[in-house]
Amino acid sequence: MRGYTMLSPTFIAMVLGLAMPLVVLFTLSFWLQEYLDFIRTFSFANYFEFFHKPIYRKLLLKSIRISGIVTIATVLLAYPMAYFIAFRIKKNKLVWLILITVPFWTSYLLRVFAWKIMLGYNGVINSGLISLGFISEPLAFLLYNPTSVVITLAHAWAAFAILPIYVSLEKIDRSLLEAARDLGESAWMTFLRVTLPLSLPGVIAASLLVFIPTVGDYVTPSLVGGPRGIMIGNVIQSMFGESQNWPMGAAISVMSMFTVAVIISLFLWGTHSSRKRIA
Amino acid sequence: MTTHRPWWRPDGFYVYAVLYLTFIYLPVLFLPLFSFNDSKYIAFPIKGFTLQWYGEMINNPSMLNALGNSVKIGLVVAILSTTFGLLAAKAITRYRLPGRGPIVGFIMIPLVIPEIILGISLLILISLANIPLSLLTVGFAHLLLCIPFSMLVLVSRMEGFDRSMEEAGLDLGENAWMTFWRVTFPIVLPGIVASLLLTFTISFDEFVLAFFLSSIEPTLPVYIWSSLRFPSKLPATLALGATIFLLSFAIVTFAEWVRRRGLRIESTPSI
Repeated sequence: MRGYTMLSPTFIAMVLGLAMPLVVLFTLSFWLQEYLDFIRTFSFANYFEFFHKPIYRKLLLKSIRISGIVTIATVLLAYPMAYFIAFRIKKNKLVWLILITVPFWTSYLLRVFAWKIMLGYNGVINSGLISLGFISEPLAFLLYNPTSVVITLAHAWAAFAILPIYVSLEKIDRSLLEAARDLGESAWMTFLRVTLPLSLPGVIAASLLVFIPTVGDYVTPSLVGGPRGIMIGNVIQSMFGESQNWPMGAAISVMSMFTVAVIISLFLWGTHSSRKRIA
Repeated sequence: MTTHRPWWRPDGFYVYAVLYLTFIYLPVLFLPLFSFNDSKYIAFPIKGFTLQWYGEMINNPSMLNALGNSVKIGLVVAILSTTFGLLAAKAITRYRLPGRGPIVGFIMIPLVIPEIILGISLLILISLANIPLSLLTVGFAHLLLCIPFSMLVLVSRMEGFDRSMEEAGLDLGENAWMTFWRVTFPIVLPGIVASLLLTFTISFDEFVLAFFLSSIEPTLPVYIWSSLRFPSKLPATLALGATIFLLSFAIVTFAEWVRRRGLRIESTPSI
């Protein structure tokens, strides 16, 4: 009983601040907006609009594609770095870990803004290329497109991918690797058949840590995405801002959450069954 | 393993590590550069050195006000979420609780929901309940976001230590409260410090929830967001960013120095 008492403050806070808001979000998605008021009668109109206007579906799919690419890129880039710190660095691992997290102490907004400086019309890359004589006019296509969103997000979330992968690599029992080598596996096959499968939990955690927050991001697309880089988060945000249509925003949010949940379930199911096959 | 390679054939991993660090550092390093640049525009070419923006930063009450708000919320949220997390972590690791799995899963939900969804659902609830938006609503949202992180940190620390130490405390005649204070607390202390630091950092840098749930009183990230739209405010914002960065670097370095000293004292044999 005491255990439940100790758990209750947290539990109550979560019911009030998490369960109730999600129920209300779901309810609101079946209401309608009339000027500043809600029409509180049950209606599928918002969902009908979601499925009949291709723009919502397109933006949701585009957001998932962008986040998917960001996730793959971030994890692929982070893995060798995590491997390097876990296996190649003998002393001062902590220093290396701190070295990796230092850039992320800068405000998230400023880190995103930094890419405007990098890719902008009078930015680092353009000025650099001009002063080296490679181009005479600044390249305008660097900024304000889906690619600049991908680059910025991959940079902003790098630490979230490295740390979990590093932890799972660090946990691996080194004698397993020696055993594999002694039994005649090559270094590469040892990696594929021992190290990689054992580090999979870290890779999965890293993928989720990057994928889930980036799908809903609207900060990065509105700073570096331009019109072509808009994501579903921008639409949700505008429904609660300029467009003043909260019920429609709620319906888009519910559909986005549902889609993301399905994708994550498929991903976890896929990685689970592939791990079973290896084992 | 340490083979001395000729300089023209370096270890691929080292080359990769250097390239990777360049990728994560380079963009961020341009921010302080422009805080010293003698021009309103964040663009090349660099004009000249100035401390003007640091002067503007000190004389900008609305920016300092936003900074103060963020520090206040961060401190309160860090203390509250660590307290909640400590109680919950103790409950989970020390008592047999039927239904523990689903309860923990429920508490961890904020970790797997995009923040924008958390933000708008809280906004809907708060406005339907006719509660005015304020720093309190932002703080409450930050508390929800931070509790799961506190719990993760503290559960892993509490799972690590031997229960028999607590039992010994009780057997030797301490009451439950004194046992907690004199046995459990010192052992869990590093976890508590880690949780305080982590939750303060999360709250201090959190933008999305604050964007939806704050009113006229902005937090620092909300202020930064507005200054990104008004180029004239930007250089002073970059100056503040650089200052905060240097301060946190100093604090972390100091904390690490204290920790190492502590380790040295612990490891010297006492007579």
